[in-house]
Amino acid sequence: MLSRTADHLYWMARYMERAENTARLLDVNYQTSLLPQSADAAEKGWKGLLSISELSGDFARRFGEVSAKEVMAYMVTDAANASSIRSCLMAARENARAVRGTLTTEVWETQNQTWLEFQRMVTETDFSRDPSPLFEWVKFRSHLSRGVTVGTMLQDEAFHFLRIGSFLERADNTARLLDVKFHAVETEFYGAAGASTQSQSSSAGGPATPGKELEYDFYHWSAVLRSVSGFEVYRKAYRNVILPERVAELLILRPDMPRSLAACMQEVVGNLHMVANEHSAETLRLAGRLQADLKYGRIDEILATGLHAYLTQFLERVGTLGVGISRDFLVPVQS
Amino acid sequence: MALNFDEMHAAAGVVREHYQGYDRWLARQPSDVMRSRREEAEMIFRRVGITFAVYGAKDEDGSGTERLIPFDLIPRVIPAHEWSEMERGLAQRVTALNRFIHDVYHDQEILRAGIVPADQVLQNSQFRPEMCGVAVPGGVYSHISGIDIVRAANTDGSGSYYVLEDNLRVPSGVSYMLENRKMMMRLFPELFSQHRIEPVAHYPDLLLETLRAVAPPSVNEPVVVVLTPGMYNSAYFEHAFLAQQMGVELLEGQDLFVKDNFVYMRTTQGPRRVDVIYRRVDDDFLDPLAFRPDSTLGCAGLLSVYRAGNVTLANAIGTGIADDKSIYPYVPQMIEFYLGEKPILHNVPTFQCRKADDLSYVLAHLGELVVKEVHGAGGYGMLVGPAATRAEIEEFRQVLLAKPGGYIAQPTLALSTCPTFVESGIAPRHIDLRPFVLSGKSVQMVPGGLTRVALKEGSLVVNSSQGGGTKDTWVLEA
Repeated sequence: MLSRTADHLYWMARYMERAENTARLLDVNYQTSLLPQSADAAEKGWKGLLSISELSGDFARRFGEVSAKEVMAYMVTDAANASSIRSCLMAARENARAVRGTLTTEVWETQNQTWLEFQRMVTETDFSRDPSPLFEWVKFRSHLSRGVTVGTMLQDEAFHFLRIGSFLERADNTARLLDVKFHAVETEFYGAAGASTQSQSSSAGGPATPGKELEYDFYHWSAVLRSVSGFEVYRKAYRNVILPERVAELLILRPDMPRSLAACMQEVVGNLHMVANEHSAETLRLAGRLQADLKYGRIDEILATGLHAYLTQFLERVGTLGVGISRDFLVPVQS
Repeated sequence: MALNFDEMHAAAGVVREHYQGYDRWLARQPSDVMRSRREEAEMIFRRVGITFAVYGAKDEDGSGTERLIPFDLIPRVIPAHEWSEMERGLAQRVTALNRFIHDVYHDQEILRAGIVPADQVLQNSQFRPEMCGVAVPGGVYSHISGIDIVRAANTDGSGSYYVLEDNLRVPSGVSYMLENRKMMMRLFPELFSQHRIEPVAHYPDLLLETLRAVAPPSVNEPVVVVLTPGMYNSAYFEHAFLAQQMGVELLEGQDLFVKDNFVYMRTTQGPRRVDVIYRRVDDDFLDPLAFRPDSTLGCAGLLSVYRAGNVTLANAIGTGIADDKSIYPYVPQMIEFYLGEKPILHNVPTFQCRKADDLSYVLAHLGELVVKEVHGAGGYGMLVGPAATRAEIEEFRQVLLAKPGGYIAQPTLALSTCPTFVESGIAPRHIDLRPFVLSGKSVQMVPGGLTRVALKEGSLVVNSSQGGGTKDTWVLEA
C-alpha cells in the first residue's frame, strides 16, 4: 500500500486513541475533584494532567494559574491545543478523510459522524456543567471506531497500520498515566527501593492521619484503575484490596489486561511482523526487545530501580519505535 | 423568452406520458413527508461526507469549508426513445472528437482540408506541441467525456436537445449521479418497484474496464491508479469515491516518482510500477519539469515517461484543444469529415466574435445573447444578456472589444424546466444534463447522467459554484 496511506491510517488510529485516553484522564480527575477530602489532590491532578501531556508550559503561558474549569476547556474544546479532544477528533477525521477510499464505508462514516456530533455537542450544550457524559461518549466513540475497524476491515496492511497506531499510542498513554499518578502520591515508594513496605510508610507528602491516608490511597488507586477501566479487572485478577504495586503490575506487566504496556506491545509487535519490509529489521528488533522486557519482567525489579525512571525509559523507547516505524514504512522510500 | 419547455408538463395540468406514474405517486405524498425526506437526505449526505470544498472559504476556526451540493427530490425523467437517440449521438460525437485530437497532433488533415482554420488550432493556448507525434493506446485521448446537453423550446412548443459544451479535460460530477441514485432508492424504494428505471451503479466497472483497456500494450495486468490534487480539492470526494469503487489506489503527486523512464508509486513495500493514471489534475500541474514549475500536484518527469508510452494518462494531455469554445462550432463538420455521417446531436448556433460580421451582430444584440470566454469554465467570465444590467452589458462590451477573439456568443436558450422542490413548494426550475461517455476499446456509457438544476427562480446557471443543485436522472426502460 501507499506509504502516505499507511501514514494517514496510523495517525488516524493514534489520534482516536489519544482522544479516548484524554477523556479517561479528564473524567478521573473530574470524579476525584468531587471527593470532599481531595481538593488538594484534585489540583495536583489537574497539574499532573497537563504535565502528562507535556503541556504545562503552554498552559501557563496562555492562562497562568491552573483552575479546573480552564484546564477542562483547554483539554476538551481548545482548537489551539493540538492535544485537546477536539483537535484529536478533528485530526483523526482529517486523516480518515484523506484515505477514505481505503477504509470501509462504516469506518469512515463512524469517524466523520464522531467529528460532526462532537462539534454539535460542544456548541449546543454546556458540557462543563456535567462533563462526564461527554467523556463517556468519547470513550464510546473510540470503542465504536475500533470495533467497526475490527468488524469490517479486510485484515491487510491497512488494518495492521491502524492497529499499530492504536496500540503504540495506548502504550504511551498508559505509561504517562501511571507516571503522573504515582508521582502525585509522592511516597518514598515512588522512585525508591523498599517498595514492598509502602503500606507502612507515612511520608511527608501524604495526609497526616493514618486512617485518612488509607482512605485517600484507596480512592487514589481506584481512580487510576478506573481511568483504564481496570477496577473490576483488578478485583477479578487479584481478589485483594487495592495495593499500589499490584496496580503497577496490572498496568505494566499483565499480558491479559488490554490496556497494560505488555498487552499493547504484544499487539504492536504482532502487527509489525505482518507488515515487515526489507528496511524494518532494526525496528522489529527494538519492538521485540521491549516486548520481551515486559514479558519476562518482574514488578519488584521494576520498583527497585524506581518506577519513574522505568516509565521515563519506556516512553523513550516507545518514542524511538515510533520514529523507526515512520522511517521504515511511512516516510516515503527514496529511490 | 416566453417559450418554455417543461419536462413534466406538456401544458398546465397536462402531464407528459413518461411522468404520469411519478405524478400519481407525487400526488399521494403529503408535503411534510417530502420535507422530512429532504432533511433526511441532507443529514445522510453530511454523514457520508459527500461534500465539496469551497476554494478560499474558511470557517471561523480557520478550517476549510465543506458544503453540500443541494439535492432535489424530484427526478428528471427521460423516455427510452429519447435516450437511445441521445446515446447514439453522444457516441458519434465523442468518437469524432477523439479522431480530431489524434489528427491535430499527427497529420492535421482537417486543417489541410480547410475545415478548421489552422491558426484556430495551432495558435490556441490549449494546443500542446509536446503531444505532436505521440502515439497513445488505441488512439483514444478523451477516455472520460462529460457532454453538457440542454433542451430548449421550439416555437411550436416542442423541445430539442442541444450540446452546450464538451468537457474533455477532467469532467466531474459522476459521483453525484451515483450518489443521487443511491439516495433516491433509499428514500423512495417504492418508486423503483413501480417504475422500470435503467440502473447506473455499474459506472465504476465500466470506468475500470475502460482504463484497463488503454494500458500500455506491453502490460498484462495493468496497475491503475487515480491521481487527485488532494483532499482540499473541490472534487476530492469524487476522486476518493471512484478509487474506492474501482478498488485502486488514490494517489497524490508526492506518492509518485520517475525512474529509468517508468513511473512508480511509493508503497510500504518499496516502489511499485504504475501503468494507467486516471488523473484529476489539470495538464498545467502534471509535471513541473514540462509545465508549471511551481506545481507540487504532479510528478517530475511524468511527461517524458508518457511520451515514451510507458504510462497512460486518462484523459490524455492536450484534450483541451477539442473542448475549447473556439473549436466547438466546428464539431458538426468534424463528425462529417471523420465519420462521413450527419451529426445526430445539434450544436447551439454560435457566433464567433473573431469574425467581423459575427462581432458586429453580437455587439448589436448583447442584451439577447449569452457571451462566453473561449477558455472559460464553471460559469465564470460570461455575460447572460437578458439577466444583465445595462451597466454590466456596457462593461462587458469594452472587455469584448478589447479581445474579440477570446469570445463566442450564443442565443439565450430557453432551457427546459423541471418541477423542483423549493421553499415555496414545487416550482419549475431550469435544468441541464451531463452524460458521461467512456472511450476505451469501445464507447460506453450508463443511461442518463447528472442533471443539474438552477435553484434560483429564472436562473439559467446550473453550476454548483453558482448555486446549482442536482437531481436523480431516470431513463425509463422501453
